[in-house]
Amino acid sequence: MKIMDKFGDMLMAIVVFALVVVLIVALAWLVGQIRTRASGKVQGFIYILPVLIMLLGGLVYPAILTIRQAFGGPTGDEGFGVENFVAVFTRPELLRPLINTAIWVVCVPVFATIVGLAYAVLVDRSRFEAFAKALIFLPMAISMVGASIIWKFMYDFRAAGETQVGLFNAILTGIGFQPVDFMQIRWWNTFFLIVVMVWIQAGFAMTVLSAAIKGIPDEIIEAAKIDGTTGWKLFRFITLPSIRGSLVVVLTTVGIATLKVFDVVRTMTGGQFDTSVLALEFYNYSFRYSQYGTGAALAVVLFILVLPIVIYNVVQMRKDA
Amino acid sequence: MARRVLKSIAVASSLSLAVLLSACADVGTGGDTASPGSTAATTGGGDQAGGTLDCEAYKKFGDLEGTTVTVYTSIIAPEDQPHIDSWVPFEECTGVDVEYEGSKEFEAQLLVRVKGGNAPDIAYVPQPGLLATLVRETGKVVEAPAETSANVDEFFDPAWKGYGSVDGKFYAAPLGANVKSYVWYSPKTFTEKGYEVPETWDDLMTLTEKIAADNPDAKPWCAGFGSGDATGWPGTDWLEDVLMRTAGPDVYDQWVAHEIPFNDAKVVEALDTAGKILKDPKYVNGGFGDVNSIATTTFQDGGQPILQGKCFMHRQASFYAANWPEGTKVAEDGDAWAFYLPAVDPEAGKPVLGGGEFVAAFADRPEVKAFQTYLSSADWANEKAKATPNGGWVSANKGLEIDNLASPIDRLSAETLQDEKAVFRFDGSDMMPSVVGAGTFWKGMTDWITGQSTQESLDFIERSWPQ
Repeated sequence: MKIMDKFGDMLMAIVVFALVVVLIVALAWLVGQIRTRASGKVQGFIYILPVLIMLLGGLVYPAILTIRQAFGGPTGDEGFGVENFVAVFTRPELLRPLINTAIWVVCVPVFATIVGLAYAVLVDRSRFEAFAKALIFLPMAISMVGASIIWKFMYDFRAAGETQVGLFNAILTGIGFQPVDFMQIRWWNTFFLIVVMVWIQAGFAMTVLSAAIKGIPDEIIEAAKIDGTTGWKLFRFITLPSIRGSLVVVLTTVGIATLKVFDVVRTMTGGQFDTSVLALEFYNYSFRYSQYGTGAALAVVLFILVLPIVIYNVVQMRKDA
Repeated sequence: MARRVLKSIAVASSLSLAVLLSACADVGTGGDTASPGSTAATTGGGDQAGGTLDCEAYKKFGDLEGTTVTVYTSIIAPEDQPHIDSWVPFEECTGVDVEYEGSKEFEAQLLVRVKGGNAPDIAYVPQPGLLATLVRETGKVVEAPAETSANVDEFFDPAWKGYGSVDGKFYAAPLGANVKSYVWYSPKTFTEKGYEVPETWDDLMTLTEKIAADNPDAKPWCAGFGSGDATGWPGTDWLEDVLMRTAGPDVYDQWVAHEIPFNDAKVVEALDTAGKILKDPKYVNGGFGDVNSIATTTFQDGGQPILQGKCFMHRQASFYAANWPEGTKVAEDGDAWAFYLPAVDPEAGKPVLGGGEFVAAFADRPEVKAFQTYLSSADWANEKAKATPNGGWVSANKGLEIDNLASPIDRLSAETLQDEKAVFRFDGSDMMPSVVGAGTFWKGMTDWITGQSTQESLDFIERSWPQ
């Protein structure tokens, strides 16, 4: 019975959706029949109206609510004050995730881009290009949680004398060193987690940058070579400037993805051992501790951090266009 | 051609629809065909002779035929089936259809659903702290009916009624329970080595020392605080259990209610007492490594080395019984068994730390009230015990016949809960505000076991307590 009810609900929803579409098209058609100077504009407006309504209701309104909650004390609904933001920047359990997020946002895009770029340049026009590219692109196909579980095994730790399950500790003990509990070395453990994200994102960087490198006109490279420019100089003065736009896209896209990092940390350490990040604490405060105000403040901080990256990206795209 | 394709599509889709429908019909009737324990006679069940439910008790709620009650819980397959089965007598008596929904994300989702106006009729709330949040923040929890309240007065220790109450009003009757004050050990190994189950805390420490001296290749204790994003909770249990022993249940109550600071001198003393076991490299962490390895060892793995003789004791709740590998004999004379974590002074009573779920209602329809009343009765507790043939379930309901419980450890838990001398207290971290109880307390214990000092760890948690 329950599934039947759900089918009914779904059918109903589809019918309503179809009716709305028909209504909009009919309305636009009617306006189009009037043939005055403004009718074209009105027609356009009618078409974007549903999108506008959805944007306002689904994005702008909740965003305003969140910002309001961020100023409403820990529970989000009392008075108006900045105590949540003070908490984010002073309480150690919130300040640490903020610093960690900053480390993530600096490291992941830079390393992912460097690895992707180096790889793209090295395999460019080599015999095994397709195969080599497939190898580095594979991690992209794995979910963040899946990748984290794989790396959890890589870093896995057993006491000295026991059989090491983790690859790195197996190597370390194999060449005579003591095993290391990677997840517990404070400060460094954040970088061990960052490696996972770089591993996932390098494939994306490589794909975009490789396409950009292939897009450089052969004439330019040939001309440079005739002029005697080779190796590092060719890369520095020809390749790099030519793919500047793509580099920006890669850096900013990876940067935004990194700001939202959640799965890797939650899967590998649960935010313990000082590895937590903003997105994880935002989830914790909003949905586990029911401190919506603090959660909203974290979301707002995250939003403010994303803004400059997005703005820079838009400005660059306009320049390119 | 086109017509033929269309026809085959129609046939295929109607076929798959039919399969779907029959599948869902199975789900609907599956509960009715299994009538667990309807022939098993209960011994001395008072008014309920022959194990059948006394339907009269539910008549006063009116004619409930054809009504539906929805239940939302964190218990997912396969543990949900015993619950569904245990409702059958009620459904047969009243004609109410009880719909079950379990979710792993229950705790995060429940508040969202209630606030969003999509509350279930009944939710099994596993923490008094969450219940208080639901009552105070949403105002949508309905007070328990008088019949339920009377059942709780009759069958439960008064402490339990307090845990189901918020601001002096009684909302939620207790459902299942677990006992946390246990130390798992191997009776076989203890007999071989001539060790005896300790009666006092001093005995426990003497035994610890003796095991460490006798067994250079093993450690007396093993422990694991790891539990994914809940890492640290076994540490909170340790502190709570020890605090109840070193400072007494009254101080424990004050501490949980934040009437004394979280970092009170008595709490420092308790955590240091726990640290004498957990932070001593001579005593931990059998089979896993140094003290730090406690933080990354999952609590499920925690006690396993007992079976290999790499450690001898593992403090963990009754539900740890489910974690022993298949074929392990969990019994008083078996491979694994549990003893009560001894009190410092057994004369002063027997502090028992435990947990459980509570039945909160979000609707005040008569069928919901009738169902609440059923769940708080001894009839249900016995029905649930019989519907759980593989064990792993206990209730603090004093009307629960211990013989109805399937596994020895469940019977031990029920005996501990029904013990006259037992002073039961609910898991403190489950009653504190969740930002502490599920946040900084866990983090503080994890930092503590990885080297932070007792004072620093407790100060950190105290600072995070919501004003």
